[in-house]
Amino acid sequence: MRALAGALQVLRRVCATLTGTTGLVIVGIVLAAALFAPWVATADPDRLDVMNRFAAPSLAHWLGTDHLGRDLYSRLVHGASVAMSVALSAIAIALGLGTGLGIVAAYLPARLERFVLIVFDVISSFPSMVLALAIVAVFGPSTLIVVVIVAITLTPHFGRVARAQVLTLKSAPFLEAERILGASFPRIVFHHVLPNILGPLVILASMDIPVVITIEAGLSFLGLGVRPPLASWGTLIQDGYQFLSDSWVPVVVSSLALAFATLGFTLFGEALRDAVDPRIRRER
Amino acid sequence: MSAAGATRADELLRYVGSRLLTTVLIVVGAMLLLFALSAVVPGDPATTLLGPQATPELSRRFITEMGLDQPLPTRLWRFFANVATGNLGTDVISGRPVAGLIREVLPYTLLLTFCAIGLAVAIGVPLGIYASTHRGSVLDNVLAFVSVAFIAVPSFVIAIFLLLIFAIWLDWLPVLGASRTGTLPDELKRMILPTLALALGWIGFIARLVRASMLEVMGEPYIRTSRAYGLPEWLVTYKYALKNACIPTITILGMGVGRLLGGAVLVEIVFARPGLGRLIYGAISERNYPVVQGAVLVVVVLFVVVNLVVDLGYSAIDPRIRHDTPDGGAAG
Repeated sequence: MRALAGALQVLRRVCATLTGTTGLVIVGIVLAAALFAPWVATADPDRLDVMNRFAAPSLAHWLGTDHLGRDLYSRLVHGASVAMSVALSAIAIALGLGTGLGIVAAYLPARLERFVLIVFDVISSFPSMVLALAIVAVFGPSTLIVVVIVAITLTPHFGRVARAQVLTLKSAPFLEAERILGASFPRIVFHHVLPNILGPLVILASMDIPVVITIEAGLSFLGLGVRPPLASWGTLIQDGYQFLSDSWVPVVVSSLALAFATLGFTLFGEALRDAVDPRIRRER
Repeated sequence: MSAAGATRADELLRYVGSRLLTTVLIVVGAMLLLFALSAVVPGDPATTLLGPQATPELSRRFITEMGLDQPLPTRLWRFFANVATGNLGTDVISGRPVAGLIREVLPYTLLLTFCAIGLAVAIGVPLGIYASTHRGSVLDNVLAFVSVAFIAVPSFVIAIFLLLIFAIWLDWLPVLGASRTGTLPDELKRMILPTLALALGWIGFIARLVRASMLEVMGEPYIRTSRAYGLPEWLVTYKYALKNACIPTITILGMGVGRLLGGAVLVEIVFARPGLGRLIYGAISERNYPVVQGAVLVVVVLFVVVNLVVDLGYSAIDPRIRHDTPDGGAAG
């Protein structure tokens, strides 16, 4: 109940600014589209209608049709599900793995901790897009690979923050007291450490969503990400780009959808950070 | 004095040493990964890597050239030895050395990346200073929103819009991103859109960063003191404040090079411009793994070397960074 009230308060603070509200509305729209895609879409996203290629926006096809006569609006709505499932699963994996490693690193002896940090450094030093290209070159394009690559490259990001949070918390009097009372390590971690460090990690996760959407769309734009019949926004942009000389509508519409989503998530993430982090709020 | 000097030199040495070690580790890690990728390929490596074009003759040549008939440790050793001598393998399709292919296209990617950084700094820093000295002005507010928009929107989407607006609708600039005639004015004209596409996000990013760090620095006592001494405001802003406010910008630029290189891959493809990105992409479509391997390795090396240079440069400007290392001590 208290957590719910806290969340509501944070949400109210997010809405206090115009950019925060804009972000929240866009995030809401994208999430709704992703969750209810089959109901929100007006047509089957894969239904071909070759007689109706590059149709202009109309009542039947709200955003027109693509080079195979497929309904662009419905394809974009289903694209939201692809983008969200890739982004959320990759971030969930990175968040879980990073937090676990970060907590463990903070409790390890200095020498081992250094080792974990170096591994974090090495992983985050790879340009992730280029690394993804090398891996796709061998295993071929697949949604799973996109998720795994993004999750691995983001893990150090969460690991570093989790470790730093634990280090500041470790010597807190209430944890000392718990230890003296004989609390086990898992109890300390799951009951006390985790709830206290989760805030900044969740903000980080929300700020990483647009980054992941961008990587996935970029790979799919190159034809190296999500495979047909699934259609990501990147795939739609590529399709439109290929047929730019026939019609500019598909490429503009799908690029705008991607831009709209990444912008919305960025605005929301920043508003969330400002709402939760009092240090930054004071500086404003 | 001399004792303090010696500790400082020690500290610098230790910092440089640990940074060099991490850099070497990253490059070795990348090489191991790239090697492992070629080794763990599911199924027969020649057929998987060559794909549909794997004629028996081509497969045999590929197997001998990649040394795939050798035991794993020998192959690993050969890969490292070859890379150390600058031999990045052979293009399985054209039979040309990969290092040569990379040398041909590398200048294009470097030029694009550094022009984009240059442009981003040239526009972003003045914008950031203006916004910080004119807080709450119309431009400050517009900048706050526009910069987030440019940061958030992927560079290949910006590239597509620039292409559509300036090359197709307005017909002001050429569609293709590299010159065929090779003349300088033509080349420059073809650079404009790709550079802009890559730089826009960074302009916003740098402007925001400079604004934030300027505001922070402007509140410091030494700025108040300079003002109290009656120094002119421009001198305080540009000489004393900007110097310190630039430090975070420099680090971010170092980290940004990697993202810029990743962005350059996509921008090169949108504008059909030669470069490392197009080379890697083309090689993936042809399943030409040695080229992918070599080019990816070059990108990683470029990336870590730039990061190293930036980090060391940064520590020279701001000694505090060295003290932040785990065993840097609390000196200073």
